[in-house]
Amino acid sequence: MLLIPCPWCGPRDEAEFRYGGQAHVAYPEDPAALSDEEWARYLFFRDNPKGRFAERWNHTAGCRRWFNVVRDTATNEWVSA
Amino acid sequence: MAERLSPLARFEPVSTDDLRIAEIPFLTQVNLRVDPKSRAAADIGLALGAPLPTEPNTYASADSDVFWLGPDEWLIVGAGARADLEPRLRAAATGAVEAGRVHVGITDVSAQRTALVVGGPKARDLLAHGCALDLHPRTFGPGRCAQTMLARAQVLLAAREGGEFRVFVRSSFAGYLAAWLLDAAVEYLP
Repeated sequence: MLLIPCPWCGPRDEAEFRYGGQAHVAYPEDPAALSDEEWARYLFFRDNPKGRFAERWNHTAGCRRWFNVVRDTATNEWVSA
Repeated sequence: MAERLSPLARFEPVSTDDLRIAEIPFLTQVNLRVDPKSRAAADIGLALGAPLPTEPNTYASADSDVFWLGPDEWLIVGAGARADLEPRLRAAATGAVEAGRVHVGITDVSAQRTALVVGGPKARDLLAHGCALDLHPRTFGPGRCAQTMLARAQVLLAAREGGEFRVFVRSSFAGYLAAWLLDAAVEYLP
């Protein structure tokens, strides 16, 4: 189980969290102007790097706040909180 | 009038030299959302007799216990059925709310959770059976609280003086958690 560093509560078990996917995915400025393919790309396409990956987590069983962390997907090390 | 039943009305309290488990029913609980730097937060702190704790996972005790739930969220627990707690907080916040653009949320959530006391020399060992947090007094002594999982149920855990714990658990989970506590306590009971 991952030990996830919540910026408020400190390190807690993964079971207390929900995963929020890739961080910093910006909402399109003018969604109506996008083609179906561009919209699908925004909705469903995410990076899948081997290495550092910025992702969002929600501490659902604790302070219930969203936060961003950078995790190394190869080693599961937390690079920054 | 219908009789009011607590979620653990049928729970037989445990009381031995090693362990005490009992429900404290019908505590008045109020959820508070406010910017901790605002005047409203200061006014509410004054009304409660203690400033709102801003250090994560701590609580303050004055005439009520004020538990830190999040950076802008607290749970205020009064002893027994204190119908005046919510109106008092509202009155304290009114001045700041009327004076400026500050938003305050004050909600009575008394029925949301019930409280269990787990006390005695074996209390820490018992809770450690189902809780991943380090409950040693060095890191979780009196004045500390935490929202976490106890036996996969969401709880608010608070350490009190004398090695005693308060476990606030959602009413619908209370029966399960009480049964789990009794089961986990088998080795400590005669």
